[in-house]
Amino acid sequence: MGYNLSMRLWRGDVDGGSLADFTVEVEEGEVVLDAIHRVQATQAGDLAVRWNCKAGKCGSCSAEINGRPKLMCMTRLSEYDQSETITVTPLRTFPVIKDLVTDVSFNYEKAKEVPAFAPTAPDADGKRRMSQVDVERGQEFRKCIECFLCQDTCHVVRDHEENKPAFAGPRFFLRYAELDMHPLDTNDRRKLAQSAAGLSMCNITKCCTEVCPEHIKITDNAIIPMKERVVDRKYDPLVWLGSKIFRRDQREEV
Amino acid sequence: MSTVEPRNTGERHSYDVVVVGAGGAGLRAAIAAHDAGARTAIVCKSLLGKAHTVMAEGGIAAAMGNAWPEDNWKVHFRDTMRGGKMLNNWRMAQLHAQEAPDRVLELEEWGALFDRTNDGLISQRDFGGHRYARLAHVGDRTGLEMIRTLQQRAVALGIDVFMECTITEILKDGDRVAGAFGYWRESGRLITFEAPSVVLATGGIGKSFKVTSNSWEYTGDGHALAVRAGASLINMEFVQFHPTGMVWPPSVRGILVTESVRGDGGVLKNSEGRRFMFDYIPDFFKAETADSIEEADRWYTDKKNNRRPPELLPRDEVARAINSEVKAGRGTPHGGIYLDIASRRDPEYIMRRLPSMYHQFKELADVDITKEPMEIGPTCHYVMGGVEVDPDTAVSIVPGLYAAGEVAGGMHGSNRLGGNSLSDLLVFGRRAGLNAAYYAARTHDAPVTVDEDAVVAAADAALAPFSEEGGENPYSVQKDLQEVMHTLVGIIRTAEELEQALGEIEKLAERSRHLTVEGNRQYNPGWHLAIDLQNMLWVSECIAKAALTRTESRGGHTRDDYPMTDQDWGTKNIVLRRHDDSVELAIQPLPQMPAELKALFEEK
Repeated sequence: MGYNLSMRLWRGDVDGGSLADFTVEVEEGEVVLDAIHRVQATQAGDLAVRWNCKAGKCGSCSAEINGRPKLMCMTRLSEYDQSETITVTPLRTFPVIKDLVTDVSFNYEKAKEVPAFAPTAPDADGKRRMSQVDVERGQEFRKCIECFLCQDTCHVVRDHEENKPAFAGPRFFLRYAELDMHPLDTNDRRKLAQSAAGLSMCNITKCCTEVCPEHIKITDNAIIPMKERVVDRKYDPLVWLGSKIFRRDQREEV
Repeated sequence: MSTVEPRNTGERHSYDVVVVGAGGAGLRAAIAAHDAGARTAIVCKSLLGKAHTVMAEGGIAAAMGNAWPEDNWKVHFRDTMRGGKMLNNWRMAQLHAQEAPDRVLELEEWGALFDRTNDGLISQRDFGGHRYARLAHVGDRTGLEMIRTLQQRAVALGIDVFMECTITEILKDGDRVAGAFGYWRESGRLITFEAPSVVLATGGIGKSFKVTSNSWEYTGDGHALAVRAGASLINMEFVQFHPTGMVWPPSVRGILVTESVRGDGGVLKNSEGRRFMFDYIPDFFKAETADSIEEADRWYTDKKNNRRPPELLPRDEVARAINSEVKAGRGTPHGGIYLDIASRRDPEYIMRRLPSMYHQFKELADVDITKEPMEIGPTCHYVMGGVEVDPDTAVSIVPGLYAAGEVAGGMHGSNRLGGNSLSDLLVFGRRAGLNAAYYAARTHDAPVTVDEDAVVAAADAALAPFSEEGGENPYSVQKDLQEVMHTLVGIIRTAEELEQALGEIEKLAERSRHLTVEGNRQYNPGWHLAIDLQNMLWVSECIAKAALTRTESRGGHTRDDYPMTDQDWGTKNIVLRRHDDSVELAIQPLPQMPAELKALFEEK
C-alpha cells in the first residue's frame, strides 16, 4: 500500500546547488522516476529531469541513486526499505545543466569521430548473406541504449576531466568493437581505437559492465577482444611480418 | 505582455529543409533531403536517438519474400487495406508495400544487423493481420536497431542536429511555409529557422490518454502545428489501442508488450483459463482464421495447411475482445487478461526470440515470462489519423509543409497492422525529405521571408505562462485531460460521452489559458508542459469531434451506439481544419482505387 517516501534530490545549476528534501506519497509497484514525477507535479514544477520511454529502452533517465549510476525508470522502490531516504543526484562525470539533467554532449562529439560503416560489395544476386551466429556478436553491442551510465562510472574520465579529449569511453569501445566484428565491414579500426579513442587507457576494472542496464558484457566481449586484436598485430613480430609479406590483412585502415 | 525579459528572438538559422522530429521518419527524411543536396537541419525535443521509435519491438513489415517466396507487394497491399478496413489511402498503401523491401535493404547497407534466415538472408516473423511471415526484425528490439542505424548514418553525413529544441510554431510567408519558431530546452532561449520546406515528423498523440505506450513527447505537436499553419487533418477518430500493454505494477501501466509474443506462440486466456479469442472472430476474417484450438496450434508448425490463430487477428479486433472479457468480469486481478507463452514454449526459445520482453517483465514487474503468464490489457498506442498529405510527395495542402510517419494520415486507414509503422516511417520519411528538398530548390528564385510580427507573436505565446500569477498548474490540467480522454473518448465510445468530452475539453482549454509556471526559463519541464498542453487540447478536440461525427464502428473507432460497420461511411474521410480559433469539420470522399488494384480484393 501507499506510504510516504523521503527523498533527497540535488537541485541547482552550473553555478552550484545542494540536496533538497522532499516527502512524497508513493504506491506499491512504483519506481524512482514515478516518485520524482510526483514531486514535479505537486511540489516542484520546474524540477529538471530527462526521461522518455519509462521502460528501460531509451536510456534518457540516467542518474545516481544513492550514489550508484542507474536508470530511474528501472529502479523499483521496493529495492529500498520504506524508511530509507532515497537520494538522487545527477551523473557526476558530465557537467550539470540543471537539477538532475547533465550536459552529455561529450558523447555526441565522440560519436562523430567513429568512422562510418563501410560494407563489402553485395553478393552477385544483389543480396547480402550473413549467418545468425555472426550477427549475434555485434547485436549484443547494438542493444546499447546510450544511457551513458558506463561513461559516467568509468574512472578514466570520472575523476580525470583532462582525459576526456583522448578517451572515447566504454560506449564507444562498444561501437568500435561492433563495427570491427560486423561481418560486412571493410575498415580496420584497430589503430584508431588504440590511438584516437584511447583504448589503451582502459585498465579493465569492469565498472562499465557492472552498471550496464542492458547487461552487455562491455569489458569481456568488446574491450578485451579489441585490446587483444590491437596487441596481436602491433606487438607480435610474426604477425607483423606475415601481414607485410603475404599482405594477409587486406582491410583498409582508417 | 511578457514581464520575464525582453523578447530576444535573435538566434537565427537558415536552411533549405528543416525536419521537426528525429524518430524513424524524421531521420530518414533528413538523410533523403541531405542526399538530394539540401542544406538540412533536424530539430528534436529530446536528445538524438531517444525518439519513440526506440520502443518499437516487433519488426519492419516488408514483402521481401525471404521466408515465403509467395509473398509480394500485392499481398502486403491487400493485407494493409483489409487491416485498415479499406479506408486507407490506396496510393499510400501501394507505395508503402512496393518500396518497403528496398528501405529495409538500405538499412542493412548502413550497418543494421537483422536476424537471419537459415540461408543467411534477413529473417521475417509473423504478425497479426499479415498473411505471411513478413517482419524483418532484430529479436524484439527492431525500433532501436532502426533508429540507431539512421542516427549513425545522419551523424556520418554531418547533418546538423538541434537537440532538446522544441518547435512551437510554423512560420509563413503568405500561403507558403517560411520556417519554424521554437526554444531550446536547456536555456529557454528562443530560436528561429528560416526555411522554405518544413517536414513534420513529430509522431503521435498518446500522451492525451491516461493509459498509453507512448513517451512524454507524444503531445500531438505536429498535428497542432499543421492545423495552425492551415493544413488539414483526416480521420482523427481512428486511435489504435494496442491489445497488449502491461497492466501491473502501476509504474508500467500501458507499456507495450510486443505482438511478437503472440506471433511466436503466446495465447490469450481469461480468468477461467479459456482461450476466448475463438469467440470473437468477425465474419470479415472467418475464412483465414482457425476456428478450433487444434488447428490454431497446428499453424505454428505447419502454416501452409492450417489457418492462423485468432490471437493474430488485427489489433482492433483483439483489443475489443479483451475489453469485452474484462467487462464481463473474466479479467485478471489487475483488470487485464493473461497472455501466456510460458506453458507453450520452452524457456530457451522465449529468451532467444523475446529477450527484451523477458528483461522488461523481470525487472519492471518481477514476473518471469518463461514461467508465468503476463497480465496485459489495451493501451493507447498509435493514431491512424493525421495531416492530410499527397501520397507521392508527402506534402500537405500548405506549400512547403510536409508530413511523414505517425503525424501523417491516410496510410493505415482505420487500423494499422503491426510492423507497418516502421516501414511507413522509412518509405514516407524518404519521400517527404526528397520532395521537401526538390521544392526548396524550386524556391531559390523566389526566396521566402519570415514575417517578423509572427515571430514576435510566437515568442509572446511561448512565454505567456510566465506572465500570469496564481493560475493553474499545467500538470493538473494534463492529468484531467488524460482522465477525460481515457474515460470518454477511449476504446468504446458513445454520442453522449463524446459530447460530454467536448464540453470538458472546452473547460480544460479555458483553464489552460491561465497557466502559471514556477522557476525560470532554464530547463523547466512545467513550462514545457504548459506549451505542449495547448497542442494536446487541440488534438483531443479534433479526435472527439471526428469520433462524434462518424456514426459507425470501424477499426480503431468503436461506437457502442453504432456497433456496425456502415458501408456508406466506408467511402468517406473526415477532414478537420482550423477556422478562426475553432475546429471545422467536413466530409470528403475517399480517393477511388484503380481497377487493377480493386481486382486484388476479388481474388481469393
